[in-house]
Amino acid sequence: MHTRTVALAQIAPKLGDVRANLARHLEWIERARAAGADLAVFPELSLTGYDLQDLVPEVAIPVDGEVLGRLTAASRGIDIVAGFVEEDPGHKFYNAAAYLAGGTVAHVHRKLHLPTYGLFQEGREFSVGETLRAFPTAHGSTGLLLCEDLWHSPTTWLLAQQGADLVVVAANAPSRGAHPDHGPTSASVWRDLLKVTARFHTVYLVCVNRVGCEDGLSFDGGSTVVDPTGVIVAELPLLDEALECVELPADLLRTARTASPLLRDARIELVHREVARLRRIRFDLPDEPEAER
Amino acid sequence: MSAVSRSSSRIDLRIDAACTAEILARFVRTEVLRAGRARAVVGLSGGIDSAVAATLAARALGPDQVVCLRLPHRTSAAAALTDAADVARLLGTPLETVDITPIVDGFVQVSGEVGRVRLGNAMARARMLCLFDRSAALDALVLGTSNKSELLLGYGTLHGDLASAINPLGDLYKTQVRQLAEHLGVPEAIRHKAPSADLWPGQTDEEDLGVRYDEVDRLLWLLVDARASRDAALAAGFAPDLVDGVRQRVASMQFKRVPPIVAKVSSRTLGRDFRYPRDGAP
Repeated sequence: MHTRTVALAQIAPKLGDVRANLARHLEWIERARAAGADLAVFPELSLTGYDLQDLVPEVAIPVDGEVLGRLTAASRGIDIVAGFVEEDPGHKFYNAAAYLAGGTVAHVHRKLHLPTYGLFQEGREFSVGETLRAFPTAHGSTGLLLCEDLWHSPTTWLLAQQGADLVVVAANAPSRGAHPDHGPTSASVWRDLLKVTARFHTVYLVCVNRVGCEDGLSFDGGSTVVDPTGVIVAELPLLDEALECVELPADLLRTARTASPLLRDARIELVHREVARLRRIRFDLPDEPEAER
Repeated sequence: MSAVSRSSSRIDLRIDAACTAEILARFVRTEVLRAGRARAVVGLSGGIDSAVAATLAARALGPDQVVCLRLPHRTSAAAALTDAADVARLLGTPLETVDITPIVDGFVQVSGEVGRVRLGNAMARARMLCLFDRSAALDALVLGTSNKSELLLGYGTLHGDLASAINPLGDLYKTQVRQLAEHLGVPEAIRHKAPSADLWPGQTDEEDLGVRYDEVDRLLWLLVDARASRDAALAAGFAPDLVDGVRQRVASMQFKRVPPIVAKVSSRTLGRDFRYPRDGAP
């Protein structure tokens, strides 16, 4: 990878107002560009807000439409990660994030894990993504995850094994109050998770979480950058909008992977065999023919 | 052998009051501005909940933008009025006083003898009438002051004190509101007096409910926040009568916490399959 400077755009999107949010994105992208960033990262669903319910079909946009087109046009000289509701040609709606670079859509990630429990109802609103791919950029191989995706450890492992040196996590983590021992409840849990994940997979993790309030649901912010040794190198303020640029030195990735060759030592065949066995048990499938073992 | 510790037995109602106040002030500000208003109206009873709500609103909007209303009835305690005035003075917010006695008397005149509880409901609704009318006149939102303990136990009057536009305190137990009050500098006299709905002379919440807030809050936290079973609550040392009484009360008061039930007779019914957040309504 090349050393890259990432701008964390910790915004409070306006619920259901794609036009207003697009204007906000374009403004913050210019600020990030002026600050010398190679990449500007916005939170999950940054063009729409989170608690959409029946607004989902009203705010959904196609990847090749006008809104994403305007954002894509702004991606010359600076790469952009933004969150949106994607409508595919078959009228399925996805919680998605796009990586825009050089005036093109380099990659679209559809959220793989839709939380549908407690206060979340994403499984009711969205179709589930089916693929996870690292993709090349001018600055190095990159992967995208959306919020809950990070809570399933195979996701980051798969991206790292595919070559990603940077995993960008766009999040909408709601606050569950604040405790004297660890501050805002979700921020502290996320901090732990990000540190462990970066260290286990020796990747840079850039997590941008939103702020603001929707129908009483507050979002913590506290966007975080963790280096491949698991050290937090930047943490944005809690609860308030903020833009901060963070440099990710390429040599640190090399040092981390030299000291902890975890990616090298991964046992892909072992994982494959055991997952295949679990799959046969879980779905009551016949044993594989001898030749395929 | 060391004792086995169970996570459900660790009842912990402590809050980070500073951070919670920041979250709640932003909530008030966001919701008031999103409604296209700049002001809030708060009924100041002289108690801790309304003092905290007014303080949060003053932080969120500026003291000039928070109108405090004292809404005494002739049976109200004199101390309640002076305590309420102290709060408004400390915050630097405008203070108005409307005597609800003629409204309540007029109601009793047309409806006949109503008894203590119905009279209390009428008083709570007379206060609601004044608060919402002032909010319309001032282009403001009415701030709710019901806390989580009251909401769970149904200790409030439907369309009375339970009515509001936004409620910053509804997810905090009474004992947590006390922590917030201390952080926000609410006067000690208000923080330490016995909670009362001021519906008849000498009334106290804890006498009405038959249990102290610090005890029932610990039980509610265990049952609601920690999702503990009846057996787990008993194992944590709560008396069976209290556990059963509280569980029954929480369940039977659900009607006070939800909008009226709409009968579904169409393909798209409000609240059931017409689902929009209030903040992003079409």
